[in-house]
Amino acid sequence: MAEINKSKYDRQLRIWGEQGQSALERARVCLLNCGPTGSETLKNLVLGGVGSVMVVDGSKVEVADLGNNFLVDNNSIGQSRAKCVCTFLRELNDAVGAKFVEEPPEALLERDPSFFSQFTLIIATQLPENALLKLDRICRQQNGILIIARSYGLTGLVRISLKEHDVVESKPVHFASDLRLHKPWPELKRFVDGFNIHIEDPVIHKNIPYVVILVKLAEEWKHMHNGLLPVKREEQKQFTDNLINKMISLDEDNYKEARKASFEVWASSGISSHLRCIINDSSAEVSSNSSDFWVLVAALKEFVANEGEGEVPLEGSIPDMTSLTEYYVDLQKVYQAKAEADSIAVESRVRTILKNIGRDPDSIPNAAIKNFCKNAKKLRVCRYRSLEDEFKAPVSTELQKYLGDENYREMDEDVSRLKTIAVGLLNDMGCNGAKLSEDLISEMCRFGASEIHSVAAFVGGVASQEAIKLITKQFVPLTATFVFNGIDHKSQQLRL
Amino acid sequence: MVDGKILIACFSGQGILSAKILSQGKRMQDVGKPKAEVAAKRVMERVSGVNIVPHFCRIEEKDIDFYSEFNIIALGLDSIEARSYINAVACSFLEYDSDDKPRPETIKPMVDGGTEGFSGQAKVILPGVTPCFECTIYLFPPQVKFPLCTLAETPRSAAHCIEYAHLIQWDQEHHGKPFDEDNPEHIQWIYSQALERADTFGITGVTYSLTQGVVKNIVPAIASTNAIISSVCALEALKIATGCSKSLSNYLAYNGTEGVHTGVTEFTKNDDCLVCGPGVLMEIDSCTTLQKFIDLAGEHPRLKLSRPSVMYRGNNLYIQAPPVLEEMTRSNLQLPLFELMGKVPKDSVHLSGTVITNDKKSTTTRKVRISFKGISDEVTDMDTAGGG
Repeated sequence: MAEINKSKYDRQLRIWGEQGQSALERARVCLLNCGPTGSETLKNLVLGGVGSVMVVDGSKVEVADLGNNFLVDNNSIGQSRAKCVCTFLRELNDAVGAKFVEEPPEALLERDPSFFSQFTLIIATQLPENALLKLDRICRQQNGILIIARSYGLTGLVRISLKEHDVVESKPVHFASDLRLHKPWPELKRFVDGFNIHIEDPVIHKNIPYVVILVKLAEEWKHMHNGLLPVKREEQKQFTDNLINKMISLDEDNYKEARKASFEVWASSGISSHLRCIINDSSAEVSSNSSDFWVLVAALKEFVANEGEGEVPLEGSIPDMTSLTEYYVDLQKVYQAKAEADSIAVESRVRTILKNIGRDPDSIPNAAIKNFCKNAKKLRVCRYRSLEDEFKAPVSTELQKYLGDENYREMDEDVSRLKTIAVGLLNDMGCNGAKLSEDLISEMCRFGASEIHSVAAFVGGVASQEAIKLITKQFVPLTATFVFNGIDHKSQQLRL
Repeated sequence: MVDGKILIACFSGQGILSAKILSQGKRMQDVGKPKAEVAAKRVMERVSGVNIVPHFCRIEEKDIDFYSEFNIIALGLDSIEARSYINAVACSFLEYDSDDKPRPETIKPMVDGGTEGFSGQAKVILPGVTPCFECTIYLFPPQVKFPLCTLAETPRSAAHCIEYAHLIQWDQEHHGKPFDEDNPEHIQWIYSQALERADTFGITGVTYSLTQGVVKNIVPAIASTNAIISSVCALEALKIATGCSKSLSNYLAYNGTEGVHTGVTEFTKNDDCLVCGPGVLMEIDSCTTLQKFIDLAGEHPRLKLSRPSVMYRGNNLYIQAPPVLEEMTRSNLQLPLFELMGKVPKDSVHLSGTVITNDKKSTTTRKVRISFKGISDEVTDMDTAGGG
């Protein structure tokens, strides 16, 4: 990566790394409607260094736009809104290509559906329902990614639509280390055997890594309990008491760490139910048109059933812990070696599977297999219902049609109409429609389908963030519709 | 709201801009110029009728009067200390009536936001009503500090090696020359020392990028998270200014690593808060001099302020620095505080000085309620001071 880019993108490189940044720089994004919501979304992507953007918008800049769209100014009035937004975006980051089409998105959808196949991702803002349905159908046919974003007064909505999105690097904030203290493998046991935790030298005693202490004590326990680990609460307490008794002074941090981590000794074996769902998914029965992800899952499934003995490949890293440097470095090597060995076993299965389904056995690089093994416990598969399926309930189509209609009407009439539809819809869904607050309905009508800048910026922030996750294939995107309420700044993810 | 004034406090300096308004304003040709000036110019070009005055300086360089002009204060700051400071300033305008209720006209609202990677938080602070920044400061996790013995004797990670070079080796080899984290040559030195040390211990992972990150405490940042949090702050400021909807009540936590989650918590303020509460009460004799009062305040277990300057109703009774102002107010030190305060039986003064928290020195302001012993407590009609 060029030096100047390294420093320009330094802050975000620390989040998604060079691979993520490259994926961003190769991405071609299309935006439909560049009002405030669309402009704010694109602004964040352009600052992030996305490869290129295409803006589709048929309107001209009006005075009203000056009040809520930061990417147009006084000089733009009367000109194509798409053109002005592109000019501004180019000033923000000259490394990003910005083009536009001056045509309403709905018209382009009718005229040339194949236009959309050239993009990595399409962001549709402020589009009414029938256009969205059409767009969703087209995107699904082309295997594209669609993000729908909408601001409405003080409220907003973001929804992702694509068949399936697989994530290897989900990078969860909190995730337990993969220590396998309950199931030490032969090399770890051998390493631990080399230690004497009853040693008299106080410096060594307090610098034995807690992993060693716990593995040793767990083995001792198994010896005295018919090969079983502590299960019941009293047994666990006994184990920890026994551990504490081995301390020879109060400042032994390694024993304190051991105590905190002792639950790892009786951690449940095997893989999580969520991972089990993935490996038992029908897509894991691979064929020649399976994606690399599912080929890897198929190999993982075989590994778990064979060399893994019910476990996934070892992740390979250990957390920092009180220890002499050389003990720690040697312990690290033991974990790294096992992770490497597991990864090699998985790789060999990957190559065989590829051959069996008629693909080049070397077509999945070693680095990708290693990365997959490291992240085996954190895999995520996200599948999204089509908009058509979501909108199938009859009453809801009426509601959607109503919300999409932006002609101004008398407020009172609006309020009772909206209430009738909303209550009916809620009752159909099994909720208590009578609980819907009159105030809330009035507020929605008062908003008058306006696009307030701050709310557009919030929705744009969320939409651009999700776009980045989908493009870099890191972190876990929204799996449900995100609904946002700027009145009290609360939000909800609803699977609609 | 005609003629309203909003202050946006942002850490000055160059680099990637963080507040929403600034990230929209920054263009390639603006790199290198002070953020405050670029932002002001850009926004005034774009939005007609708005007046933005940039101040390229540290927030502590402005005196309290400067801050009293504003109706709302929005914070885009980068440290706990800076936020604490502005919080103390805004809360210093707060006055309580005889029933210990805050006087509404002295409440100076603040909106505060912060981000790191995919997470962020935003707060609406109404001093005296909602918790101030200090009331909820316990929510911040303690800063990670490696024990010295780990750094010196049993390093295990690349970060340990870097910190050793940064905190210990630098002084040893450079005898008094201060380490400058913005100087690439200094960083390069730390990096090569750390690499050497890591090699001897068999530790991998020391890179130039990691060295920068550890030494400068670089917080990873993404434009989208900043846009989200700053839009929340902007919307909240708008709501306070226009009354168009109810406010966030009062703390929003945001996380976007898995899906998108926002959580709103309604924290309650700490009635004993030293900053937004009615203030520490000190009962003193009417003959006590200002100097003696300052000494007493310094010894007070809750105040812990050293070398404070004293202000009463907008007047500087005594200022520690700069020397020319110190000379001017020095004569007040020998006068009884009772006289300097116009012989009222009780009232509040503000003390500005340094406190030490977590081994860090910072400037702050504290309110002190003074009650003079033996003076009869007539009901006096106190005017509110300027501010709000």
